[in-house]
Amino acid sequence: GERSCTDMISQMAFFSVTKFYDYRLDICYLSSVYCSNCIYRHHFTVKNCFSSSKSSWVGVVGLEVHAQICSNSKLFSGSLVQFSAPPNSLVSFLDASLPGTLPVLNKRCVEGAVMTGLALNCTINKRSLFDRKHYFYADLPAGYQITQQRCPVAVNGMLTYNLCTGKNRNQTTLKSVRIKQIQLEQDSGKSLHDDARFQTLIDLNRAGVGLIEIVMEPDMTCGEEAAAAVRELQLILQQLGTCRGNMAEGQLRVDANISVHQPGEPYGVRAEVKNINSARFLARAIDYEIQRQIEVLENGEIILNETRAFDYKSGRTIPMRDKEGKQDYRFMPEPNLPPLIIYDNKTLPSNVNHQQVVNIDQIREQMPELPSVKRTRLVEKYNILTEHSITLMSEDGLMEFFETVAENTLANPRKVISWIINEFLGFLKQNNLTVRQSPFKPLALSELLDLLEKGVVSSSAAKQVFTEMCKKEGKSASQIVKEKELGLLQDQAKLEQICQSIIENHPKEVSEIHKGNWKVLNKLIGQVQKATHRRAAPNLVKAILEKKLS
Amino acid sequence: MGRPVTSGAGNHPNQLLLILQITRALREGQISSTELCQRCLSLIRETKIFNAYITVTEQLAVKQAAEADKRLKRGKPLGPLDGIPVAVKDNFSTANIETTCASKILKGYIPPFNATVVQKLLDQGAVLMGKTNLDEFAMGSGNTDSIFGPVRNPWGYSRQFREKHLQSHDKEDSDWVISGGSSGGSAAAVASLTCFAALGSDTGGSTRNPAAHCGIVGFKCSYGLISRHGLIPLVNSMDVPGILTRCVDDASTVLGVLAGHDPKDSTTRQEPFEPFELPDEIDIRNLSIGIPKEYHAPGLSSEIVENWTKAADLFENAGARVLEVSLPHTPYSIVCYHVLCTAEVASNMARFDGLEYGHRSKAESSTETLYAATRHEGFNSVVRGRILAGNYFLLKQNYERYFVKAQQVRRLIANDFVKVFGSGVDVLLTPTTLSDALSYLDFIKEDNRTRCTQEDIVTQSANIAGLPAVTVPTALSQRGLPLSLQFIGRALHDKQLLTVAKWFEQQPPTLVGNNELSQPHLQ
Repeated sequence: GERSCTDMISQMAFFSVTKFYDYRLDICYLSSVYCSNCIYRHHFTVKNCFSSSKSSWVGVVGLEVHAQICSNSKLFSGSLVQFSAPPNSLVSFLDASLPGTLPVLNKRCVEGAVMTGLALNCTINKRSLFDRKHYFYADLPAGYQITQQRCPVAVNGMLTYNLCTGKNRNQTTLKSVRIKQIQLEQDSGKSLHDDARFQTLIDLNRAGVGLIEIVMEPDMTCGEEAAAAVRELQLILQQLGTCRGNMAEGQLRVDANISVHQPGEPYGVRAEVKNINSARFLARAIDYEIQRQIEVLENGEIILNETRAFDYKSGRTIPMRDKEGKQDYRFMPEPNLPPLIIYDNKTLPSNVNHQQVVNIDQIREQMPELPSVKRTRLVEKYNILTEHSITLMSEDGLMEFFETVAENTLANPRKVISWIINEFLGFLKQNNLTVRQSPFKPLALSELLDLLEKGVVSSSAAKQVFTEMCKKEGKSASQIVKEKELGLLQDQAKLEQICQSIIENHPKEVSEIHKGNWKVLNKLIGQVQKATHRRAAPNLVKAILEKKLS
Repeated sequence: MGRPVTSGAGNHPNQLLLILQITRALREGQISSTELCQRCLSLIRETKIFNAYITVTEQLAVKQAAEADKRLKRGKPLGPLDGIPVAVKDNFSTANIETTCASKILKGYIPPFNATVVQKLLDQGAVLMGKTNLDEFAMGSGNTDSIFGPVRNPWGYSRQFREKHLQSHDKEDSDWVISGGSSGGSAAAVASLTCFAALGSDTGGSTRNPAAHCGIVGFKCSYGLISRHGLIPLVNSMDVPGILTRCVDDASTVLGVLAGHDPKDSTTRQEPFEPFELPDEIDIRNLSIGIPKEYHAPGLSSEIVENWTKAADLFENAGARVLEVSLPHTPYSIVCYHVLCTAEVASNMARFDGLEYGHRSKAESSTETLYAATRHEGFNSVVRGRILAGNYFLLKQNYERYFVKAQQVRRLIANDFVKVFGSGVDVLLTPTTLSDALSYLDFIKEDNRTRCTQEDIVTQSANIAGLPAVTVPTALSQRGLPLSLQFIGRALHDKQLLTVAKWFEQQPPTLVGNNELSQPHLQ
């Protein structure tokens, strides 16, 4: 009878194991080059118990980032790329490594890598090569991963990012990290270990999904820098659309190579920390590891070149199971893929189908505005602070939301930004919502800010209106103002009447004022506002009271 | 020199027929595909002792033949192979038909897809008789290392051979002659007339060597002309699907069906392939035939040398320019091939871990144990030996010294050919094998590796350089076994190569050894 590949795979899924080694994210070593353009370094000073001298240690951090390419199909096969599909439902013959299958490169993945390379100021290699990296692991069915070890698609780039500094983190420093290379490679499948039954379940849906591996030089000195660099990278990838960048879902995976040394000395032995699934944990893992290494060295012990995992519960890094000596990946050129040739307008041959080749210049034209450019533009156009522009860029869709509000209101952009960051973002964070899940459209906020600007509502009433808008009843700001009678009370006669009654009911305060203590006037203003549910025009109230009491 | 198939009186009614002739007979209704298929099936049964087939797809063949007959009756055949019985080496994936590579590790493996070449044959209406025997994973030159047992050369059962040998070997099965390898099953299947064409694979000579020993035409086209998708690889950068037929014209017909860009194989050539017919009137007067002196390899039999010399004379007498040329790096091809081949083998075989398909060991105490036991049980010692060697060459500390060096030597060998062809030589004339086929007992006196080293010397350079090469039978040896010669052409000049080979095939028999070279007259 007929046997589909999926049938075969579902049959193969069970087998027993006792030991698991996680080799699949192992990467080749970074070159150890001292970074001269690094201005800012964390200095850790630790007292040595055995000597009175103080040693000044510097952390050295390099990152290897694996970004899943946002493409419809896998890097070398036609299987769809989807998240949370039923196990082994997205597996082609190649993904299951059936003998005789051959890889066919996905153009979209190459374009994603080239665009990422351009965004990170890399040199795009016009000719790059694929290699096989061998290791045995149950979720790597071919026994090798196709990657680009010798001649990757892009090299020698630079990532510039903002580091928040200062007491309240309200200052920013521009920093940069060199990108050593960007390479295309296959993702592995997933192993699910059932320790109770000594079984491993294999899901090959992820096997063969395209990855961009971004190798950064060890130009960072602490967790905060690394986290800021990763956040900026995440933004860039999302902006380009080359990766969704969700760390928790494994679309962006970061390994950190960490060592410490004393300035002027060669770099120390590195440890690699894996399994970090958020920027916050990345910072914590790195800082912990740097401290740990300093303490080890201060105690006269040595650092092992090992792989460690970050345990987010304890906040510590712990050694992963030993790899039984060093793994030799036995790299070999991939014989089934010809060299990857990338063209530009100058080298594009006239006789090729333009649909079938990758053109650097064409990709450059299609590139969206990068986050750094956007931030500069925002600061210049709206006269807002750099810190605000960073905040606007840090939430998906927030900048667009802000711009739409600002373009459609009379209110000053700085007022708009304050509302966006304090009220709107605050509300979203509190309710764990994304910008897209906002209960109202940006134009609704524009309208509210207009009402405030025109003096139709007081700023405190505006906040009430905002709270109402968040209830997602689809009512416009003016509708809410009308229904809840939140409009500013400007009726002179009515206000005079209210003020009069307040004066009559507060003889004690009135006599205080008559004695010359005008500070008490604020208390009376407060009473008027209370009586009017904070709708009274404050300047009018003040004028009326002053007139009546003088 | 003789036409391998058309001369001599036959025992079988279809033995004289070539694909072009049978196609005409089918279209004119002189014979039906079903009749043809039945004759081949009964021949398969009669020649079972050759062990040419691992799987005989009888039911499928009968069904395909009946469908072909319907089309032929309507006058709408699918193509030149409609209704023609063919066989496929058991290292090409066939949908719903077990594909074993003659290895325990793939026993029971039923691919869910067809190799591109298999699909193309089926799309043309070819009738698949079965899957043919081979050395395990195509590693061998005798077809003596298959878990299904060795393939016996049909010529060892011919009247010509038996008359000479029954005096010394009285007992029938005490010794027999090897088919050559690794595509021994395909060669024996064609030579015993159980099909009109068979697919082999050729990495270092695996199609040409058994074709030569079995007295048929074996053709390896330029690398990149025929898709490898679905061919279970030995060395990806050298593997070429091979064509085994009764004559050169048939090889050209099959090439026309199989060649062309395949989106599933990125190493196939992009430009469209134009199928060609070889002319009947061939003028070789302006041709330049090169005789590479390095192919006077150690161990070359005097009969082969004699044949080679006579063939060269034949060309010269017919007006071609024949000249000695040098391919100085030929002696290094063996060691170069050994490193590149074992390295790729080590890599290609890594997928056979027992998890997704094929044999799986019962030893499941850990993943590593499962892998080790599965692979130990599944592969024979030849395969395991090459995996070990290949992994050694790929170790970080050895890579530069062995793999990179071998790649450099490969370039030198390829450049030798470029220089010779650049100097005006059109085609090279060389031996295909060192001698006629050895008896099994003689052959196994040396191990698989030694034999491959000896046998592949004259064939593997064409793979290293990606050049087209074809072997054509010339005569029978003193022992009554086929002798053949090889032509090597310029890259992508497959038509010119086959045209020269056809001219050679057309020449009247010359008296070299036994002049009666036709079909093995089976007893």
